Amino acid sequence: MSRKPYIREISKTNWFFSQPRYMRYMAREVTCIFILVYTILLVFALKNLAQGPEAYAEFLEALNSPLGILFNLAALVAAVYHSTSWFNVTPQAMPIQRGEEFVPGNIIVGAHYGGWVVISLIVLFLGV
Amino acid sequence: MEIIKTDVAIVGAGGAGLRAAIALAEADPKLRIALVSKVYPMRSHTCAAEGGAAGVIKSDDSLDLHFNDTVGGGDWLCDQDAVEYFINEAPKELIQLEHWGCPWSREPNGSVAVRPFGGMKIKRTWFAADKSGFHILHTLFQTSLKYPSIQRFDEYYVTDLLVDDGRCQGFTALEIRSGEMRQFQAGAVIIAAGGAGRMFPFTTNGAIKTGDGMALAYRAGAPLKDMEFVQYHPTGLPNNGILLTEGCRGEGGILLNKHGRRYLQDYGMGPETPVGQPVLKTMELGPRDRLSQSFWHEQQKGNTVSTRWGDCVLLDMRHLGEKKINERLPFVRDLSISYLGMDPVKEPIPIRPVVHYCMGGIHTDIKAATPLPGLFAAGECACVSINGANRLGSNSLTELLVFGRRAALSAIDHLQSGLPASKDAVLAAQAQDSAGRIQALFDKNGGTESISGLRSEMMHTMEEGAGIYRTGEGLAATCEKLAELRQRYAGIEIHDKSRVYNTDLMQALELGSMLDCAEAAAVGARDRQESRGAHQRLDFTARDDQKFLKHSLAYYHPKEPARIEYLDVVITKSQPGVRDYSGAKK
Amino acid sequence: MSERQIQLEVLRYNPETDSEPRFQTYSVPCLNEWVVLDALNYVKDNLDTTLSYRWSCHMAVCGSCGMMVNGEPKLACKAFIHEYGDQIRVEPLANFPIERDLVTVVEDFIAKLASVKPYLIPKEDKPVSAGEFKQTPAQLLTFKQYTLCINCMLCYAACPQYGLVPEFIGPAAIALAHRYNQDSRDGGRDERQEVIASHEGVWECSFVGACSEVCPKHVDPAGALQQVKVASTIDWYKEHLMPWVKK
Repeated sequence: MSRKPYIREISKTNWFFSQPRYMRYMAREVTCIFILVYTILLVFALKNLAQGPEAYAEFLEALNSPLGILFNLAALVAAVYHSTSWFNVTPQAMPIQRGEEFVPGNIIVGAHYGGWVVISLIVLFLGV
Repeated sequence: MEIIKTDVAIVGAGGAGLRAAIALAEADPKLRIALVSKVYPMRSHTCAAEGGAAGVIKSDDSLDLHFNDTVGGGDWLCDQDAVEYFINEAPKELIQLEHWGCPWSREPNGSVAVRPFGGMKIKRTWFAADKSGFHILHTLFQTSLKYPSIQRFDEYYVTDLLVDDGRCQGFTALEIRSGEMRQFQAGAVIIAAGGAGRMFPFTTNGAIKTGDGMALAYRAGAPLKDMEFVQYHPTGLPNNGILLTEGCRGEGGILLNKHGRRYLQDYGMGPETPVGQPVLKTMELGPRDRLSQSFWHEQQKGNTVSTRWGDCVLLDMRHLGEKKINERLPFVRDLSISYLGMDPVKEPIPIRPVVHYCMGGIHTDIKAATPLPGLFAAGECACVSINGANRLGSNSLTELLVFGRRAALSAIDHLQSGLPASKDAVLAAQAQDSAGRIQALFDKNGGTESISGLRSEMMHTMEEGAGIYRTGEGLAATCEKLAELRQRYAGIEIHDKSRVYNTDLMQALELGSMLDCAEAAAVGARDRQESRGAHQRLDFTARDDQKFLKHSLAYYHPKEPARIEYLDVVITKSQPGVRDYSGAKK
Repeated sequence: MSERQIQLEVLRYNPETDSEPRFQTYSVPCLNEWVVLDALNYVKDNLDTTLSYRWSCHMAVCGSCGMMVNGEPKLACKAFIHEYGDQIRVEPLANFPIERDLVTVVEDFIAKLASVKPYLIPKEDKPVSAGEFKQTPAQLLTFKQYTLCINCMLCYAACPQYGLVPEFIGPAAIALAHRYNQDSRDGGRDERQEVIASHEGVWECSFVGACSEVCPKHVDPAGALQQVKVASTIDWYKEHLMPWVKK
């Protein structure tokens, strides 16, 4: 046999450095970690709230620390990046066809942003 | 050498080969079918066909009208019994393809849409936007995956037919990836390996269209028929010959010379029709031979536009509007923008005629059988002939379906005719000879000729002598040149000595095929002292039915030029008449 | 016509003499309107007849000439010289074994394509004599985009998931299954779902989206895969939470 196909090995650990688009993908995936930690934080908040006003105040104080603020900011950025990157691909994942045309992608994306704003306003209203 | 035993072996896995394979598998699931091609099926050149496939479907159409268009379009060189069979089968085949999932473009009510095409009196060209051949090929390929009895041998180059006892019993093929030879034994062989447009320098044809199937049959003793008829498509991109479909004109595109005149009216295709309202079978919807010849005359008169790619005329589609172009001609727009940097929505596109199709090919009868028992042929490599001296656009996609299936049915008949057992030792000896010829190419050192050099000389002489207009003198020179090139071909050397995926070797073999086909075409053209359809002689300007209402048959000789014989055309109900594409006709 | 000299770096591999691939550089005089394939053909015809690569149509429809051009999966016939600098690096398609020079082994892709039953499984049997199935332009539009795949495999070369998990059925094959699932004439979705809604099917896809970015025909396989995910999630809920609802 004279055939001898050559297989180019791919690094299992740092393959995503090979392409900018893979880096962007990894960035999107990494944002999950912040969202995960933030969710855990919320569970703690509930636990402290259940333990009484004192415990809750202590929790809030901890959040007010520079580290807490920094984390909150980072989590916000991560959540925004994660959400917008998802919004931007929704026309691909959930195309809407009306007769002989597809609804333009920017309308679908726009509807997501619109929904986001509305929900945020409701939360804000309830919070205040 | 490994022996692969099959019932039917098919050479070529484009439209015709796939259609044949499916027909065989459907007819009898127990048949062992080998589908052998030098490329993966979806690379076959059927994929590049754009405009559509003709078949009578609408209520305003009739089989007789399709018959008349085809026979007149072919300048009465078509075999009329074959044309009749073809037009009868055409609608069935196109519906069959629809049932297999082909995404034909549709009317608002859900029925299949048809578009106007050159030389056709009624709209009857089924289309899938402007990628009809692509969709037909992929539909056939994907459908073929349903049938386990179709065994594919992708990227195998067939080198020689095995002929014993007066019948074709298989072939030898080179597995390209390993460089190893295989012997295919088969009760019947179908050749469906496409045309030979690559023997010309400027062609719409892909690199694989090198006449290998034609040369296989030719060398095994089956004649090539009507090879002198080579179709120039009138609208190719001037820089690289990329095809812009006849659908451009079917949808209403117009052709202009440098003065902005729709010059076709000056060549018997007038009077001028209103822009954007194409009238069937006149002006821009005239047949391809006439349109390409009109270009030549315009060029002689100095009416063409000079571009950096040579003389052109303009294809203006702007009046169709962006919406229609995007819906009906999206590929044309993409190709023009990508390869020429010009958008047909915004500007006229410079185009010029480009070699597109071989009307000629392996001589077959109406049943797709060649004179060599056990050998059948279909598609562009074959000549039945339904195309005569000039093929009408959109008949060839239908042809490969109709005659692909026909070849399969004939192959089954042949198998059932009680074939005597084959003599393995004889076939093995032939296969060894074939392998020996390939080995000799590898072993040879110190060649005097380069493959690309010979190829470009061949292309050049074909364009010089056997182009749109030909002369006896020019053809004689081309014949002489080709004879010389065939001799010099013995002096080539394969520099790549590797067995694995050796494209140097492939190109050498392909060049050999093209040289044989080119010579058959040139000799046929030299001897046909008349002008008919795509074969136009400046020294014999009239059609001569007395002498040449005949098919030419070219017989191979390894050293001598082709020997030409003639065969009467089958005429059943349409006597040769005048081809009238003027709008004034009744 | 402007002419340019480019340095074409080509990954060469001859399995009979090389233990691993190596780059070879050719100096090629190019016209600015050329594509990379033209430059390769120049090399083949004038400089080095031993170079192997696949090509045919030169119009981006046969799908033969997929290769990595400066690290991006491209059709060589649609990679324009004027979009690159004077140094162009050409390698065989990533994620496929190299057979020889720029030629890859594509059997895996072909087998995957066949595995998804990419053919019409009609909802109703209808003889040819009964004419065509009706299909409105709107019904055609639903799946039309996914019929445009030319099987060039650029999406497989771009997909990191296919590179890491070779069992992944991959973008083009799943998009093709989706094409038939979406066809109003088809009734074979259940059969195909068994293959494409499996772990090696869509659930191996993490929506990097690279496949759609490199697709020369704008098929958007990434979109198709996400749609299959959404549909098969709905299937799962229907099956497990609402068993009384028929699919």
